[in-house]
Amino acid sequence: MNGNPSLHLWLIPLLPFIGFLLNGLLGRFLSKALVSTIALLFTAAPLALVVGIAFRFSSLTLPHFEQLAFPWIETSTFRDDVVFLLDPLTLVMLLIVTGVGFLIHIYSVGYMAHEEGYWRFFAYLNLFMFFMLTLVLAENFLLMFVGWEGVGLASYLLVGFYYLKDSAVDAGKKAFILNRIGDFGFLLAMFLMIAHFGTLSFSHVFFTIAQHPEMQGGFLTAIALLLVLGATGKSAQIPLYVWLPDAMEGPTPVSALIHAATMVTAGVYMIVRSHALFDRSPFALGVVAVIGAATALFAATVGMVQTDIKRVLAYSTISQLGYMFLACGAAAYSAAIFHLVTHAFFKGLLFLAAGAVIHSLGGQQDMRAMGGLRKSVPITFWTMSAGVFAISGIPPFSGFFSKDAILYAAFLSPTAGPIVWFVGLVTVLLTAFYMFRLWYLTFFGEIRTHDAHPHESPWSMLTPLILLAVLAVAGGWIGIPKALGGGDQFAHFLDPVINPAPSYEQTRIAMDEQGVQRAATSSTQQEPRGTDSQERLFSLVSVIMAGIGWFFADLLYRRKPGLADQLVERVQGLYSLLVHKYWIDQIYTALIVTPLLFVTRYLLWGVGDRGLVDGGGSLAAGGVRGVGALVQRVQSGNIRSYAGWLAIGAAALLLITYFGFSMQL
Amino acid sequence: MAIPIAYYLVLSAILFSIGVGAFLIKRNIITIFMSIELMLNAVNLTFVAFAYQWHRVQGQIFVFFVMVVAAAEAAVGLAIIIAIFRSRSTLNVDQVNLMKL
Repeated sequence: MNGNPSLHLWLIPLLPFIGFLLNGLLGRFLSKALVSTIALLFTAAPLALVVGIAFRFSSLTLPHFEQLAFPWIETSTFRDDVVFLLDPLTLVMLLIVTGVGFLIHIYSVGYMAHEEGYWRFFAYLNLFMFFMLTLVLAENFLLMFVGWEGVGLASYLLVGFYYLKDSAVDAGKKAFILNRIGDFGFLLAMFLMIAHFGTLSFSHVFFTIAQHPEMQGGFLTAIALLLVLGATGKSAQIPLYVWLPDAMEGPTPVSALIHAATMVTAGVYMIVRSHALFDRSPFALGVVAVIGAATALFAATVGMVQTDIKRVLAYSTISQLGYMFLACGAAAYSAAIFHLVTHAFFKGLLFLAAGAVIHSLGGQQDMRAMGGLRKSVPITFWTMSAGVFAISGIPPFSGFFSKDAILYAAFLSPTAGPIVWFVGLVTVLLTAFYMFRLWYLTFFGEIRTHDAHPHESPWSMLTPLILLAVLAVAGGWIGIPKALGGGDQFAHFLDPVINPAPSYEQTRIAMDEQGVQRAATSSTQQEPRGTDSQERLFSLVSVIMAGIGWFFADLLYRRKPGLADQLVERVQGLYSLLVHKYWIDQIYTALIVTPLLFVTRYLLWGVGDRGLVDGGGSLAAGGVRGVGALVQRVQSGNIRSYAGWLAIGAAALLLITYFGFSMQL
Repeated sequence: MAIPIAYYLVLSAILFSIGVGAFLIKRNIITIFMSIELMLNAVNLTFVAFAYQWHRVQGQIFVFFVMVVAAAEAAVGLAIIIAIFRSRSTLNVDQVNLMKL
């Protein structure tokens, strides 16, 4: 198609789907060992494919397109095909999804070993892989939307995995419904794109935009803002973030895979993928930056006072996703993806380690009941420490480099600016505080439950932990900025996508479109660049902030354990505000859920459904019954009355015939 | 000196109407049966009249068919009537409007 050997991209999503079918249809009859073999095999195979592609990557002509032989949707004015796209951004996402996904599959074998519905869990997990890989491989918005919806479905199924537990079922429904609100934005954005561009293909849409430098704001802003609505749903940003903390009801590997490493980053991926749209709309970028900064700060403050270990991590995830949004809003797309990658490593690691802690305590999730686990679960402790250091932004762990890139870009960006940067900086402090708080509460001091017998987890769980810990430590080294003596390779690797060369987007167009090909004028503004010393100063500031956060956590939760409670006494009001998560759930209930229920129950159900729909039915039935009651008198059962009717009818026919003929004559 | 066909037809119509009227009014099964015979014969008269008018034989053949059917019907019908009378001791149709006793 474009000079590349066939890469069989279509196999990458298809293989997990086969795994899903096998386990989903036959799993209940198979042994646990066979189920996990199937699940692991059909996750390892796409990983092998992706790694194979990665090794050959430099020799490929990019972007690479692969189209399924048959057309998907074809009307007179609109056409959409199943096309897969391979470019650096896709490759990064593929590596994350298959790599982290495979590790978490291994972990799940150990974690879920004693659970009911073992086969169901792995079937869902493979289904998720299928949809997520479809999402990142898609070459048009519609196919992306298929994956987008599909991961939502898989997330719903897995959050509600313990379907006998009301809270888990409710959490699943909450996640699904809130994502619907976001999807509504995504759908409207697609309709607008069809109306204005006549296509949903990435390359066509972005090529059209590149060719028309006069397209600024206007409907592009509308499309961008609607896409942002979709992204806030999927990536748990203000105002649609409330589902993610509740989604922790799912099994911990699910939280790690779906609600930390992959699915929730789909919104960020989507914004970066369609950055051509956002570049033309500074307003939309500003909105993204503000949403990101607000979410980062907001979630971090809530995370400071949570006591459930998984909830701390959930709020931390929301906060870190806020960073990625912030980076998108600052048009620092490569920084956003960089943070996405490192976050997938360290947050996946943190969740898995938290799962190992919970596992070792036999299901205990409350940090107030933990403590002193450092000695009893040493491997979990050391791997989790790597994650804690990474997320807090302590150099040279991975989170430091990605977070630093974001903050620096935010400061320089015209759409974000110093205020957003400052919010991000405060969040660094808060992040370090709540992560070290978790660290101290869990692993230091004395154990606070006495009937627990903590034990190290099996090796199937520890191996992924160790591998992810290595990545969490070293994963950031691929993107060390020049100012700190690195080569900024990650940003350069993504350059073809983020700052496309003029001919880049034409490759796809040339495939199936004849006509005059003008050189696409790349409209991406050059990112403003500060000096190296300035960048070093910024790094120093954020490290100092992280250090302050660490210091306070150390003070409150290790050196003077009573101090935290005194502090809580002192600022009772603020504390209760944070513990109750700013009452947001209650506010949503009062402002949206209750009125909505009122309208549906009384107006839609009472008046609409029972009144109009049921009433219409009753009316029709009653009418027929009335006519029947009237007419049934004719059928008296009296033979002579029938005969009378017969005679009258015959006479009437005769008369009509006679007079009818006479009138004609 | 032929009698005009209209006379036959009018007579036939009168006989038929008497049959219909009796069929509707009378309650005794035998009377009803007789009125049916009357209607049949009114129709027979029409057939014969037209057969004579048009010098065709089909009308007369039809009359034979009707007579045969009427004879068979009378045999079956009278047998039924006797069976009804034996089981119910009445021939009033208004009292035999149910299949079961």
